[in-house]
Amino acid sequence: MTVRRLADNQDINFKFDNQDLKFLNSLLENYPEDKKQSAVVPSLFYAQRKAGGWLPEKAILAVSDFLDMPKIRVLEIATFYSMFNLQPSGDHFVQVCGTTPCWLRGAENIKKACKDYIGQEREVSKDGICWIEVECLGACVNAPMIQINDDYYEDLDYERTVKILKDIKNKKNIIKGSQIGRKSSEPLERD
Amino acid sequence: MRIMVNIKIDDKDYEVEDGLAIIQACEIAGVEVPRFCYHEKLSIAGNCRMCLVDVEDSRGLSPKPIASCAMQVSEGLKIYTKSERVKNAQEGALEFLLMNHPLDCPICDQGGECDLQDQSMAFGYGSSRFEGDKRAVESKDMGPFIKTEMTRCIHCTRCVRFSSEISGNDEIGSIGRGHDMEITTYLNQAVESELSGNVIDLCPVGALTSKPYAFSARPWELNKTETIDIMDAMGSNIRIDSKGLRVMRVLPRLNEDINEEWITDKTRFFWDGLNNQRIDKPYKRVDGILKPTSWKSALELAKEKISNSKSEKISALSGDLVDIETVYALKKLMKNIGSDNFDCRQDGSRISGPPERWLFNSTFNGIEDSDGCLIIGSDIRKEAPLLNSRLLRKSRDDEYKIGVIGFNNDITFDFDFLGENPSIVEDILIGNNNFCDDLSSMNKPLMILGQGALIGEDAENFQNICIDLAYKFNFINNDWNGFNVLHSAASRAGAMSIGFLPSDKGMITDEILSNYNNKKLDLLYLLGADELNLEKNDDCFVIYQGHHGDIGAQIADLVFPAAAFCEQNGLYMNTEGRVQESIRSTFPLGEAKENWEIIYLLAKEMSFDIGFSNLNELRNQLIEEFPIINPYREFEPLPSPKKDEFNKLNGHQFKRIIDSYWQTNSIARASSNLSIRNNYIKEENNR
Ligand code: SF4
Ligand code: FES
Ligand code: FES
Repeated sequence: MTVRRLADNQDINFKFDNQDLKFLNSLLENYPEDKKQSAVVPSLFYAQRKAGGWLPEKAILAVSDFLDMPKIRVLEIATFYSMFNLQPSGDHFVQVCGTTPCWLRGAENIKKACKDYIGQEREVSKDGICWIEVECLGACVNAPMIQINDDYYEDLDYERTVKILKDIKNKKNIIKGSQIGRKSSEPLERD
Repeated sequence: MRIMVNIKIDDKDYEVEDGLAIIQACEIAGVEVPRFCYHEKLSIAGNCRMCLVDVEDSRGLSPKPIASCAMQVSEGLKIYTKSERVKNAQEGALEFLLMNHPLDCPICDQGGECDLQDQSMAFGYGSSRFEGDKRAVESKDMGPFIKTEMTRCIHCTRCVRFSSEISGNDEIGSIGRGHDMEITTYLNQAVESELSGNVIDLCPVGALTSKPYAFSARPWELNKTETIDIMDAMGSNIRIDSKGLRVMRVLPRLNEDINEEWITDKTRFFWDGLNNQRIDKPYKRVDGILKPTSWKSALELAKEKISNSKSEKISALSGDLVDIETVYALKKLMKNIGSDNFDCRQDGSRISGPPERWLFNSTFNGIEDSDGCLIIGSDIRKEAPLLNSRLLRKSRDDEYKIGVIGFNNDITFDFDFLGENPSIVEDILIGNNNFCDDLSSMNKPLMILGQGALIGEDAENFQNICIDLAYKFNFINNDWNGFNVLHSAASRAGAMSIGFLPSDKGMITDEILSNYNNKKLDLLYLLGADELNLEKNDDCFVIYQGHHGDIGAQIADLVFPAAAFCEQNGLYMNTEGRVQESIRSTFPLGEAKENWEIIYLLAKEMSFDIGFSNLNELRNQLIEEFPIINPYREFEPLPSPKKDEFNKLNGHQFKRIIDSYWQTNSIARASSNLSIRNNYIKEENNR
């Protein structure tokens, strides 16, 4: 983790439209009426999705408006959770797991693949890909793994990762999940 | 009823109230437990771990030390604050805190009054084992009053809790987490609260310090005078720290009945106004320009002008900052002159009658007992920010309803806005308002009438309606008196109670002012009265007695230089009717004299027998005539105001009595601290 600040470039329009408000209001139903601030995390998450994978200041303000929360309180939440991106994260947001199980199974190589084929961590490449290292994503059984947008890609090594990244660049279809054909986490054939 | 429990602290027996936190019990027992995040007036955070103690109950010794601020006492609890394990734990907590704390005490303003410094001395490990790199944090911009050095922050979150619980603005927060947690305002915005300066006192380290006072003195060089504040009518208890002839800073003193632990930013930072724009010698107007003169010739001139004017064309107005003694002396002088034209209500308010009609009867502590509130014509956040904070605390309770008639901007608590028009009070009286139901369900509601509601022709009538309303709902009943008038001028209640008011043949403020404008006045004596909208007028000779070259001095023909409140002793009555003494902390500037003395000299010059020749005699006389002014008397609640006849309202309007919170009196207007703050918010708003 590093110090998290809002992005320098805030050049984006952001406003909740009626449809958004409808969804957000449905979120509020999960909480007692006088505790609508409880909806801050799902609301921010929704806003992040709407803004294209990151939280511009306008989104934070919109959420604080919607939930009647002081803006500093929303900012606290947005900066607290690392799954809120405060910087633009491109069209394809690659999260590389670097926690112990993945690391033991070669996560360093995956990171190298990302560095070689995308660029510096946290920088969006020309093709709209961005990668960061994250903590355990809960798929250790198929380590090492990465998450791209909403999907997991497991059982990776340097080459397989590069292939996935190349396929993204060339807009080819990629198989989700295990890259060596496992259905779940059944034992590997020993070779 | 209070339930008591028996506990043991360090093997000694104590009986304390049930439900206290262990740290509080230790405090009562006089056992010191170190702490950073715990604060009496704030919610419990339990995050610094400095207050660890060992506890033992029927199940035996606790497996590990526990945070004494976050655990309550219970029957038979044994507390050990000095065991080996506790000592180790405290040393450990301190070592962790110091790990990331810079060792910059020599250049830190908190030095000498820093909790971290003191507690490291008392409870620390003594040497450092830390060899890594220290964390550094960007300093934040919190506006013109608070200087930040965030590397020093130990994340006690006192400032954060203050901002949400006491000031209610929710402006300070902690962003990020863990190693990267930072205390900041929203994107470095200036804090807007009128109470923000209190975080400077709250901050246990030098992370938040006073910007105006930065690097100007060390605490041990300062002369400390315990006195009271007159920036508003609450009478907050303060300590003025001075060095030589200068006031260096102002700090709050604890007074649970009045200001608790807090003061407003206006009180905290007005002090530089004492050095600007001061009148330090007598002036008289020669060829249209004020020129310095001597006391002798000034007094002679005053005598000549007074003797040459018809007594019914002489009038006097007293301002917002003068002490009771001086007002009393001036009243005597006016009586001697034979004029009844004097008034202390320079804003044109029409309050009159016995004190229970214009004091804060429930007292501030009464707010704690109340179960609802109706605010009428008061911009309470500006008129008394500390009251605003007390109400905020009450309003946290969902049951506690606050209705507001009049001004609804910038209020930091939840309220029901009933409308802007005074006639709503009439509606409520006849039961024609939604708020009536709420009111009828309350047993001890408060009514707070601002001065802005009591200005104009119809004000007395309006006040009678309010009193009637008070009887109709439970504002006043056999065991509750919640009828309150809120003042914003420090000297108003005092001057009212000694009757610095015209008799029936005398003129009230509005008449004095219109006579002045219509050139029907020969002489006007302004006793520190500055908040008047008057043009210079050659037909009336104006004498101004005061300490700042402000609005009053500009239209004056003769200026008597006087001491400011902190340069003389004087009595003030706060809006509750509590009389307190303001104590001299520095000396009057140049040739300026104490206020009462100027009146005395003038009376002597005019050969009046005014009956006193020093402050003691004056005070004794005053207290004899008006026992209510005795500062040593037991402070007693007043009777309930009497009902009086009233008519239908006739175009009564509320008036905003404070435009700019930071510029309400001559000292504040001369203070660059406050005017910077005033402009700061404007600039922010424009941005
Ligand atoms: S700035 Fe001071 S008061 Fe605020 S959290 Fe840090 S140490 Fe505590
Ligand atoms: S360690 Fe990588 S998914 Fe758990
Ligand atoms: S004072 Fe108890 S944890 Fe800070």
